Amino acid sequence: MAISFTVNGQKRQVDGDSAKPLLWVLREDLDMVGTKFGCGAGLCGACTVHVGGEAVRSCQTPLGDVAGKAITTIEGVQAGDAGKRIAAAWVKHDVPQCGYCQAGQIMSATALLATTPKPSDEEIDAAMMGNLCRCSTYVRIRAAIKDAAGIKDMQA
Amino acid sequence: MSAATLSRRGFISASLLAGGGLLFDLNVPVARAADGTPVILTAFIRILPDNRVVIGAKNAEIGQGAKTMLPMMIAEELGVDWSQVTIEQTHADAKIFGGQSAGGSRTTPREWLPTRQAGAAARAMLVAAAAQGWGVAPETLKTSAGKVIDPKSGKSATYASLAAVAAKLPAPDPATLKLTDSADFRIIGQSVGGVDTPAIVAGKPLFGIDFKLPNMLYAVLETCPAFGGTMKSANLDAVKALPGVAHVLTIKGDGTPESGFEGVAILSKSWWSANQAREALKIDWDVSAVSGFSTESYASQAAAKRKGKADADIVRTGDVDAAFASAVKTVTADYDYPFLAHGTLEPQNCTALFKDGAVEIWAPTQNPESGRALVAKALNLPPEKIRINFTRIGGGFGRRLMNDYMVQAASIAAQLPGVPVKLLWTRQQDIQRDFYRPAGWHGFRAALDKGGKLTAFHDHFVTFGKDGKPVRSAEMPASELPVGLIDNVLLEQSFLATNMPTGWLRAPGSNALGFVTQAFLDEVAQAAGKDLPTLMLDLFSDPKALPRGPNQPPFVTARAKGVIEKAIAMGDWANRKTLPKGSGKGFAFYYSHMGYFAEVVEVAIVDGVPKVKTVWVAGDVGSQIINPINALHQAQGSVIEGLGQALAGQQITQVAGAVEQANYDTHPYLRINDAPQIIVEFVKTDYPPTGLGEPALPPVIPALVNAIYAATGKRIRTLPVTAEMLA
Ligand code: FES
Ligand code: FES
Repeated sequence: MAISFTVNGQKRQVDGDSAKPLLWVLREDLDMVGTKFGCGAGLCGACTVHVGGEAVRSCQTPLGDVAGKAITTIEGVQAGDAGKRIAAAWVKHDVPQCGYCQAGQIMSATALLATTPKPSDEEIDAAMMGNLCRCSTYVRIRAAIKDAAGIKDMQA
Repeated sequence: MSAATLSRRGFISASLLAGGGLLFDLNVPVARAADGTPVILTAFIRILPDNRVVIGAKNAEIGQGAKTMLPMMIAEELGVDWSQVTIEQTHADAKIFGGQSAGGSRTTPREWLPTRQAGAAARAMLVAAAAQGWGVAPETLKTSAGKVIDPKSGKSATYASLAAVAAKLPAPDPATLKLTDSADFRIIGQSVGGVDTPAIVAGKPLFGIDFKLPNMLYAVLETCPAFGGTMKSANLDAVKALPGVAHVLTIKGDGTPESGFEGVAILSKSWWSANQAREALKIDWDVSAVSGFSTESYASQAAAKRKGKADADIVRTGDVDAAFASAVKTVTADYDYPFLAHGTLEPQNCTALFKDGAVEIWAPTQNPESGRALVAKALNLPPEKIRINFTRIGGGFGRRLMNDYMVQAASIAAQLPGVPVKLLWTRQQDIQRDFYRPAGWHGFRAALDKGGKLTAFHDHFVTFGKDGKPVRSAEMPASELPVGLIDNVLLEQSFLATNMPTGWLRAPGSNALGFVTQAFLDEVAQAAGKDLPTLMLDLFSDPKALPRGPNQPPFVTARAKGVIEKAIAMGDWANRKTLPKGSGKGFAFYYSHMGYFAEVVEVAIVDGVPKVKTVWVAGDVGSQIINPINALHQAQGSVIEGLGQALAGQQITQVAGAVEQANYDTHPYLRINDAPQIIVEFVKTDYPPTGLGEPALPPVIPALVNAIYAATGKRIRTLPVTAEMLA
């Protein structure tokens, strides 16, 4: 069955199993491999994308659920203001180590800033706890979010 | 490390590039090969016609920063600005590039001299070319931002414009080159962000899992859950008939985990489809030979062994029995820790294409040459018929020093000539088919004299072994401290059998030995009426240089003292007793991978759970921090990883020969809400720089459990820490 949606503002149509997770639709059918596979079970956040502006785990989102929806991925997130600021802060703080989790981190952080322009430490924790960084870049993730939000961080 | 051995001096050549510009092929001997023959390291530099510079990065990049740091060292000596430089990843070939592995924090000490010499040699040829043209002595010339400058005449020439002349000049002997004085460093010592950071942030395809070839098929592979089980039968035909399945085939393995166990591969144009089809796969395994292995049986065997006579000595100095017989006080304690998985966020994967009797591989591997040897054996190919390309690596931590996934991918591809194949494991497989940090059990005894001085130390280490030797990463070095610091030491070991493949996890050996030895010595210090920093400073009070293994610098007690004093000052150790009830500070020192680290951890017990507030880290890795921002990141990552081993609930357990944990819920890591404040300072000493991927990790675990003791009065002698231990 053909399912239509937009990815980063572009109309896309995929003819496939409606149970196929959006993660694999992006990586295999649309050749957009910025969104990463980490656990396949909603436990690591590496696959985070925005559906209708909200951060979701694409490994847990079947294709059938995104019909008619607007999807943003790491490849397109810098088109928005929050995404641009987050990406710039990520480079400035040199957040990535191996870098594998960072697409998901950036998508979660951007969704946070879009709804909560000046997040508290607790709000940052709550928004980012679902994103595992095996290299433990958390100190910089926190600092970069605060920087992007224009919050002075005494500890960073 | 395998590497080419060429002439004593190596060779250096410069040649013109098609379309202009200059290629330097730089082969510089590392002066410290074990058998006296020079080990040659190769670098390449291309000067482009527009005077931009391309520098080859030859090492595996796992997030440790080698892809940025090695080109920094070349750019420094070449006399170019970092903004002129682009980095290009080389392929893997020890015959050309020398050591390319990422492991053991060895890159920095291995490369510090030859990599800078390579840059200096290229610079010398460009300077010589300008000197010839201007008719002046080369010593009178300077370089800056990719130009040779004559301060006297004010003339300058870009490197690109000197290409034609430089290409014809004889190469200098790298050993005769004067390297830049550290006071004049412009790039080394500056914080340089990762060269791939912008591409990572933009979501560009960099990783092994991202690599694609036209008409590529994806493979999923099912192997026996119990390591070493053998296949009796499988419903291959039923799976072949499923929609979307292109091939179902078996690979044999050679019975060793290093070459990947036997299994059934399902191939499809879609990995997701192939993995769906796997659910229909029924394999009947014979696990009779391995089903007796379990965590429960290891624990009971270890408890019995630890009480009995040890299987073998590791090291015995002085007269331990006499020292204990005359002790005024004896301290005893038993410690243990579990198996751990690596959990690299990018699951194991490898792409392979077999064609015309040769195989090309694209692999996220930390250790390409061992992969080449295993693939050569498995496919019965000469090593030169195997080309290995590096991809960026989504986490190593030692897991990718093993190449089982590479052998598997190549074995599948060999059955489908001309078809590119990408093997990708599921997370469950990744956790359940690892080379685990081995569990271990220690029975400690320490003797104190009436002055509270440590007079004897005894550890009976129960570990995993085969044929009277520890298995991979299950050994204790005969130099483990306090060997060499006190007269009477007995380290001995006993062995348990296991079917678990074991391997190196970041700071291998040390991540466990640091915990047990420094936590036990905290108990000893308490019994002696002092604190652990005082006990350690006493042990290190005599200036000594204790020998270490071949190609390793000695352990210098003065360097240990330096970081201990630094850490206790940073962590305000003297005032630790003023913390509120339920809070505490702990200290530990550990030396690993040539790095000296002392750390102080402050912990508070919140709702019965230890919450780490701050970690102070003092490290000595020699005279120069090459890339300070990355040095800080490596230390931060090591600290949080170590805390996670103790606090996140990590342990791999086994039932009937198979691993029980399957994903990040059952083998968890710390998350952002558990990341403490981490303050890092380096003590600079006059020794060549050494690596930072690992040595900051070991001390944080004992410093944490010692802090928990200070906060609660409860000794943690088993990892991971659980709420019951604190109740
Ligand atoms: S891959 Fe989706 S949460 Fe881990
Ligand atoms: S940077 Fe490696 S997993 Fe986050």
